[in-house]
Amino acid sequence: MTDVTAMTATQIAGLVATGAASAVEVTQAHLDRIAAVDGRVNAFLHVDTEGALAAARDVDARRAAGEELGPLAGVPVAVKDVLTTKGVPTTVGSKILEGWRPPYDSTIVQRLRAAGTVMLGKTNMDEFAMGSSTEYSAYGPSRNPWDTDRIPGGSGGGSAAALAAYEAPLAIGSDTGGSIRQPGAVTGTVGAKPTYGGTSRYGLVAFSSSLDTPGPCARTVLDAALLHAAIGGHDPRDSTSIPAPVPDVVAAAKLGATGDLSGVRLGIVTEFGGEGAEPGVTAAFNEAVDTLTKLGAEIVEISCPHFRYALPAYYLIAPSECSSNLARFDGVRFGLRTGDDGNRSLEEVMSLTREAGFGPEVKRRIMLGTYALSSGYYDAYYGQAQKVRTLITRDFTAAFERVDALISPTTPFVAFPLGARTSDPYQMYLADLFTIPSNLYGGPGISVPCGLSEGLPVGLQVMAPTLADDRMYRVAAALESAVGTLTPPTM
Amino acid sequence: MTTTLPAYDEVVARYEPVIGLETHVELGTNTKMFCGCPTDFGGEPNTRVCPVCLGLPGSLPVANKAAIEATIRIGLALNCSIATWCRFARKNYFYPDMPKNFQISQYDEPLCVDGYLDVEVNGETVRIGIERVHLEEDTGKTLHVGGATGRIHGATESLVDYNRAGIPLVEIVTKPIPGTGALAPEVARAYVTELRDVLRSLGVSDVRMEEGSLRCDVNTSLNLPGEEWGTRTETKNVNSLRSVERAVRSEMLRQAAVLDAGGRITQETRHFHEDTGDTTPGRSKETATDYRYFPEPDLVPLAPDPAWVAELKAALPELPRLHRRRLQEAWGLSDLDMQSVLNAGAVELIEATVAAGATPAAARKWWLGELSRRANETGVELADIGATPAQVAELQGLVDAGKLNDKLARTVLEGVVAGEGSPTEIMTNRKLEVVSDTGALTAAVDEAIAANPAIADKVRSGKVAAAGALVGAVMKTTRGQADAQTVRTLILDRLGVQA
Repeated sequence: MTDVTAMTATQIAGLVATGAASAVEVTQAHLDRIAAVDGRVNAFLHVDTEGALAAARDVDARRAAGEELGPLAGVPVAVKDVLTTKGVPTTVGSKILEGWRPPYDSTIVQRLRAAGTVMLGKTNMDEFAMGSSTEYSAYGPSRNPWDTDRIPGGSGGGSAAALAAYEAPLAIGSDTGGSIRQPGAVTGTVGAKPTYGGTSRYGLVAFSSSLDTPGPCARTVLDAALLHAAIGGHDPRDSTSIPAPVPDVVAAAKLGATGDLSGVRLGIVTEFGGEGAEPGVTAAFNEAVDTLTKLGAEIVEISCPHFRYALPAYYLIAPSECSSNLARFDGVRFGLRTGDDGNRSLEEVMSLTREAGFGPEVKRRIMLGTYALSSGYYDAYYGQAQKVRTLITRDFTAAFERVDALISPTTPFVAFPLGARTSDPYQMYLADLFTIPSNLYGGPGISVPCGLSEGLPVGLQVMAPTLADDRMYRVAAALESAVGTLTPPTM
Repeated sequence: MTTTLPAYDEVVARYEPVIGLETHVELGTNTKMFCGCPTDFGGEPNTRVCPVCLGLPGSLPVANKAAIEATIRIGLALNCSIATWCRFARKNYFYPDMPKNFQISQYDEPLCVDGYLDVEVNGETVRIGIERVHLEEDTGKTLHVGGATGRIHGATESLVDYNRAGIPLVEIVTKPIPGTGALAPEVARAYVTELRDVLRSLGVSDVRMEEGSLRCDVNTSLNLPGEEWGTRTETKNVNSLRSVERAVRSEMLRQAAVLDAGGRITQETRHFHEDTGDTTPGRSKETATDYRYFPEPDLVPLAPDPAWVAELKAALPELPRLHRRRLQEAWGLSDLDMQSVLNAGAVELIEATVAAGATPAAARKWWLGELSRRANETGVELADIGATPAQVAELQGLVDAGKLNDKLARTVLEGVVAGEGSPTEIMTNRKLEVVSDTGALTAAVDEAIAANPAIADKVRSGKVAAAGALVGAVMKTTRGQADAQTVRTLILDRLGVQA
């Protein structure tokens, strides 16, 4: 048997289903891999060895009892530390939740358990999912397995790095402005942001409620689709969850894998051209466009005039919501409490707790959002940003009358060196230039590897209309069939 | 501060009051506003909580449909327009009894707007404009231990109970009410009373002010005739109907004293004190009241189907005013008599007593007489006096059956109010039943005649009125437990005199 850690989720599920490997063996192999390489990658904040082995034993027992197992039974999965896990530490990459063990499972984690997947542990992230490099994690940055002096993207860099380092075949991320897709792009893995409301936010520690979207990360498009199908669908505990069935993303990925895109019209957004992306990324993207054409797709250029306002609108809406969402972290009921020496007032203790518990980027966004929602400024900032959001949505709607999906580079630049962008927040924010519009719109987007630039992975993004997640899987799988998966240098 | 307050008559002669009321009503839904926790009152602290109402990271609210329905019914009963589309909003401020440090409320898009409620004061109908009716979640309860004031500043410990956090709360705000003059305090009380009756008839809340399920803030301002409205104060902690009236009156007097002295009224929150009947300044809002409202992104907009709203409207119960009119007719009361029933807060009590078998006249007699007197003496609401309509009906039944006379019945009622049990139990336990055994009575009569031969002779000679003394003697030996009329008949019979 070849090393199971090199296999896809689909292959592993096949081994477990046929009994060629037990879930415990598969799990142990991944735990061993984590022990061997995570010191260099820092993908995990917490490895739940006992929980993982117990879950694996349960799968093996159910198989032995003749129970029908789901298509991902026995497959290990790494979960971004933004999702609550009952009894298992959940920090959101922040000191303010250090040591907190939630009393409840998020819906995504419940569905992962129900699907028979084995949760290996919790992955590193920028604090409260605010960042594009994991350098804002309170627990140190994760590193890109392609080059450990470079960032693995963010905020979900831990999940992407775990995939690229073969520590896990599947991972869960959350995407507010690109936090699944951009890490996918810079680590040569696949990351999909489902339609907003297509995956439940219950138990996802909120950054920006109207944008946050949990979704699947994998090394292949089919694996991502399988994971998407397992976690997606309506959840009555999330009011913004859409009461509609999940589009058949697995079938779409299989259809795409035949390499035939004839009859599919893809749009390239004019406004994303120009000085947006670095030359190597543009070159790899253009090559991928040629490939898609050869697969039968028709390519048209399409103008989305309001996309240029997406970044500023996002940096008003997301911080505004975050300033309110993060108010509950005050040291009163859970998590960190600082300065409670019996003499200080409640206000002082709340203030000291937040001062000590939040990192600089979180504080920056709380202050931005507090300001944007203040009376007298609301209309000019938050109100105006909401109008822009409506215009961007109209751009998408108009575009999808002409094309089936939009394509772009996922992110303007390949993995940058650690520390290269931390001194200038705006340079960091630019990482999400191409991913933010679909968050504002609410439609799905996926990043799939499309080539290399200077030896580092480049991702292509496919954006589809809301509730047409299947379309992006078809296009991504077709490209993958032509380009192949990217294999990072062995660590 | 011991400023001499001006006389009320002088105040209303010089100034015109404008009042306004904000009422919070805890809905009687089975579960909380945004989660499935139970809402019943009185559980051990922090036992009716879950990740949602504790605001744990990752938790999300889901709106309670029953609460939305109740709010729409309240809006309809108050003649409001019901929004076809509206949203919840977050009201952001830090306070430890609010788990998320924001309250899910409604801001510029309330569920119900622009209605009115007609109330009657001294036989006149006053139309109170309703600005809005909106839905929000209640906060937890904080107990500050170790300070002098019971407030958070100076306390050594603060204890928080989140059982109440997330209970659906409806806020009903009136438009400003000018032009009520000297009647302002009574109008305020009449409004809250009428509102409480409306809410009770809808069955949406148990509307108990002492348990906090109905809470009232009273806005008051004074202005000189012909001038602009004055600066208003908001008085909180007004926890009974009587206090509503007292709070307005007290604030009018206080403001008049300030204005008379050439001072200015500060716009502030004030606390009403039940014991002294006056108000003191409350905590000034520390965060300058910028609540940074914005639409709640965790909830979808509410869009009540107009057909559903029409159904709810058609199914509204008879509202208290119409109901009262019907009762007045059925009970055969004059307007004046009905007014005294209303003033005593006895409509539902009498209605229930009649339903339990008493005649309207008897029910009215007990509730407006003995029980109202006791309520006034002890300063409690009539409904909370300790006697139920069923008990009053039972008491009257004993009178009607001749087992109690009026005096004994009052003694039994005292026992009921004191919680000694049902009227029948008290009558039996305290041996208060009328002596109807004529054998025993005859013996007592004979004894009285024998002991008072002179009086007996007077009666025999035709001075029937003198029999009263003999009746008194018999009543004395029977400790009042005889029926006076029966005793009188027996005496006359014994002495061979026709009544």
